[in-house]
Amino acid sequence: MSRNASSNSVVGRKKVNKISWFQQNQETAVDSLSRLMVEPGSSFLTWSVIGIALALPVCLLLFLQNLQQLNRSLDQAGNISLFMDIAISEAALENNRREIEAMEEVLTVTAISAETALVEFQATSGLGNVLENLDENPLPPVLVVTPAETALGSLPVLAGELDARPDVEYVQVDLEWVQRLFAIIGFAERLAAGLALLLGLGVILAVGNTVRLAIENRRDEILVMKLVGGTDAYVARPFLYTGIWYGIGGGLISILLVLIVFLFLSGPLSQLLTLYGSDYSLAGISVSNALLLLVTAGGLGFIGACVTVIRQLKNIEPA
Amino acid sequence: MIKFDSVSKRYPGGHEALLNLGFDLGAGEFAFLTGHSGAGKSTLLKLVMCMEKASGGQVIVNGKNLNRLSRRQLPYFRRNIGVVFQDHQLLFDRSVFDNVALPLLVAGYSNEDAARRVRAALDKVGLLKKENQNPIALSGGEQQRVGIARAVVNKPVLLLADEPTGNLDPELSAEIMDLFEQFNQVGTSVLIATHDRGLIDRNKHRVLTLEKGRLADSEDAA
Ligand SMILES: Nc1ncnc2c1ncn2[C@@H]1O[C@H](COP(=O)(O)OP(=O)(O)OP(=O)(O)O)[C@@H](O)[C@H]1O
Ligand SMILES: [Mg+2]
Repeated sequence: MSRNASSNSVVGRKKVNKISWFQQNQETAVDSLSRLMVEPGSSFLTWSVIGIALALPVCLLLFLQNLQQLNRSLDQAGNISLFMDIAISEAALENNRREIEAMEEVLTVTAISAETALVEFQATSGLGNVLENLDENPLPPVLVVTPAETALGSLPVLAGELDARPDVEYVQVDLEWVQRLFAIIGFAERLAAGLALLLGLGVILAVGNTVRLAIENRRDEILVMKLVGGTDAYVARPFLYTGIWYGIGGGLISILLVLIVFLFLSGPLSQLLTLYGSDYSLAGISVSNALLLLVTAGGLGFIGACVTVIRQLKNIEPA
Repeated sequence: MIKFDSVSKRYPGGHEALLNLGFDLGAGEFAFLTGHSGAGKSTLLKLVMCMEKASGGQVIVNGKNLNRLSRRQLPYFRRNIGVVFQDHQLLFDRSVFDNVALPLLVAGYSNEDAARRVRAALDKVGLLKKENQNPIALSGGEQQRVGIARAVVNKPVLLLADEPTGNLDPELSAEIMDLFEQFNQVGTSVLIATHDRGLIDRNKHRVLTLEKGRLADSEDAA
């Protein structure tokens, strides 16, 4: 019939080369991706839905991370002022300073002598003239205690310990501010975790539904593949990759969204922080966290596809 | 190759499509399956392909008892059987070449090996020049031949065909029967369901006649 009829038209029992499992997967992965690229519009829509769902909790978590960091960088926040016995000697004051600084929960202690305190007060209070007329300095020396980061959550305990020292007359903590902040962060962290869980579930459902439609669209093909001896794994594989690609595409979009949000916020925020005397700058998403997000997104896509594929493919049997 | 032992098939609606059927088709044999419309020809082929399960009796194909075939083994079992449908079941989203290649890709053949076999099969059915076309652009007879190429590309031990010449003119029918004869000559067992009496008379082969789900007579034309 044609030039190569002699070589291969007769049933030859030559050994055939089967391609490896890895190679098969590679080809299927590429094929699945190119199928998504054939309809970039609808694929992009799905990616965006997943991207937004992922970006929301990620933004919230990053925001909280920044808040905690910010709290640390604002020196005064959480500082404890110890008003000492007014008659304390300078040596005793220094002794106290060193002992307190040696405590595990304490980062540094700065001593403000009564004289310095007076000068500062005169300068800032506008009552300079009144004070000048006093015979004695009415202000006690002060120790300003900066707690270690680890102690920030339990300032009242530390304050109590310090109050118990004999030379300490009065302890003043900016407690409410710090405690409220920590309570809010703790609550928001839970909220973010819950949100992440819920939206992760949403991603699984979204991918599942999209894959279900993809399966319906390729119903004829699935029937023929099963008829000519395609295993369940073979038939399922392209759809699993479709799920993974939806997840990864959504992950990429979510990273993009997070970057945009932080770019959008960092300008006004740094202005705000300068007003508060902080040179803190907003920390965006790190490379390793971005990768983690991609892997998670791909994983969610895979799970979504798995759930659908297992349910749907059983129903498509040639008959 | 095929052994039916008092096989019955009752469809979910309660209709008895096949009743107490028993016959044997030896390896390398060529047989026609005939009977009136609704006699159960397609049902019998579906039982052989394990697309339907028998409600009673034993179906043994290629040494496998289909009652005991697990879902996991099913694909591997089907790779030894080529099927040609009346409605050819081609996929119109890909070329003729890719349609014929499907059974090979499913079985994990390398692209070169698959290409070699696909061309050999297309050459057999005389469609080598149309490998890059979409099957929708082919005539009914050509589509049928693509279906045949797909059925034989995997070199099956058993070839089933359901009305393979249903809508073809006599000349094309003869050509296609000729193809089946060729496959039979290299050792493939062939079972063709048809109610085209002329076709049966022209080709001297064993005939299994179904009548309301029962085997009427088993004439040996040869
Ligand atoms: N999936 C099904 N569910 C219920 N009944 C069915 C099903 N398939 C076939 N039947 C019934 O079984 C009987 C045999 O059908 P079958 O398709 O095997 O006949 P056939 O011999 O192939 O007929 P034809 O020559 O018209 O193709 C028919 O009465 C048909 O209505
Ligand atoms: Mg039929």
